Amino acid sequence: MPTTLHLPAILAKLADAKALESDGNTVGEVVADVAVRFPALGQRLRDANGQPYPFVTFYLNDEDIRFKGGFAATVRSGDEVTVVPAIAGG
Amino acid sequence: MTTTMTKRGSAAGPYVSAATNNAALAIADTAVKNAAPELPTLSHEEILRYSRHLILPDVGVEGQRKLKAARVLLIGAGGLGSPLALYLSAAGVGTIGIVDFDVVDVTNLQRQVLHGTSDVGTSKIASARKRIAEVNPFVVVKTFEEPLTSANALEIFKDFDIIVDGTDNFPTRYLVNDACVLLGRPNVYGSIYRFEGQASVFAMKDGPCYRCLYPAPPPPGMVPSCAEGGVLGVLPGLVGTIQATETIKLILGAGESLSGRLLLIDTLGANFRSVKLRKDPACPACGTREITQLIDYEQFCGSPHVGGDPKVSFQVPEITPLEAKAKFDKGEIDIVDVREPHELQIAKYPKVTAIPLGQLSDHIAELPRDRDLVLACRTGMRSAKAVQQLQAAGFTRVWNLAGGIHRWIDEVDSSQPKY
Repeated sequence: MPTTLHLPAILAKLADAKALESDGNTVGEVVADVAVRFPALGQRLRDANGQPYPFVTFYLNDEDIRFKGGFAATVRSGDEVTVVPAIAGG
Repeated sequence: MTTTMTKRGSAAGPYVSAATNNAALAIADTAVKNAAPELPTLSHEEILRYSRHLILPDVGVEGQRKLKAARVLLIGAGGLGSPLALYLSAAGVGTIGIVDFDVVDVTNLQRQVLHGTSDVGTSKIASARKRIAEVNPFVVVKTFEEPLTSANALEIFKDFDIIVDGTDNFPTRYLVNDACVLLGRPNVYGSIYRFEGQASVFAMKDGPCYRCLYPAPPPPGMVPSCAEGGVLGVLPGLVGTIQATETIKLILGAGESLSGRLLLIDTLGANFRSVKLRKDPACPACGTREITQLIDYEQFCGSPHVGGDPKVSFQVPEITPLEAKAKFDKGEIDIVDVREPHELQIAKYPKVTAIPLGQLSDHIAELPRDRDLVLACRTGMRSAKAVQQLQAAGFTRVWNLAGGIHRWIDEVDSSQPKY
């Protein structure tokens, strides 16, 4: 069972889907896999060095990956990764 | 009056620094009970008005007196500020401050329910004051009709117990956060975009702050504003009402605060979900406390309009609609419309190449480098970014259509609607 990457509406249009599945073993591998499939989305998920941006937070299930090793955080079958980018509207 | 209110606020003060866990709640509760004799009393008229609160076990007379003693500052009287001002005033929050320097525009009315059609053209502060007085004349309204800046934020914030962030831009969000951390004021956060929203409570004692969630802002242009990307009118109603609820809970010391959690609201999926927020020990604001004073937030956020008019600060070559029309009629320019497809159905330029800004990089090879290209959008913001993008790709004959379709309609073609 793959990992599911959930995208907010602001990014979903770049993949034409609100959720994507991937078989990566870490959050970074999941993101890298998705970035290859959807290059425009990839640019919004990680910087040129493949590192997460400070204004895009990734949750592995409901934990911020920065407190679980960042992109090195291990994912298990059935895990859910949620992308939460900064928004500023009011 | 000011002295009295300050004393009342400090009497009820412990609620603002607790509520992150049961122990803290218990301490706060004890402190509030001890301070209860200093809370303001309720008149007969107020007792009748707040009847449905007074019979509610977790509010009651004492809770209503805490609400009357509370001083809440709203940053912004727009989409989020509208339900906040209406519900907090209706609930009987004694003092509501509002910071805003905008004027009510007809395009605000789709979501900013604090303002009405007859308020268009007047200041939002004046409109808010009038509406709150109608909702609840017992509320003291303090207004600050000025931009919130590093120079005035601490001075404005210090007379309030809770700050509610309903602003619409990143520089002000970081400014509000840092000022709240420095002064030890809770920051009741809400943010919206299109169909989705976020809410939390930052800067509580031992709780995370906005910088723990987002250490740095996105570069300008990466995240469109609601003015550029649109927003579902009811969304700020939902998120602002959640902020109002959190504010009231903090005042009452009731329930479980959103501190330490980020509530994600997805209106299209009809999903409410919360994820954990942790205080970052390395956070320069609330962790290491490296930030000891407010900084230049426009610079921090890399805003293009540092020290100048945002309309001219992109510093790209511009052409006015009249000039563009004349050149277009002679066949001297091509217009490239970078708006989204659904916008093209509302108002149109004459014959254009239509490429939404987000897809421009994929279509650069299709654009001629030996022609003069005029990039156009709704107001000139997105097209300025498009000009920069093409310049970076080596294009030299590119211009931004100043003022976008709005100015085009004003000066060239008044038969079409603005949006």
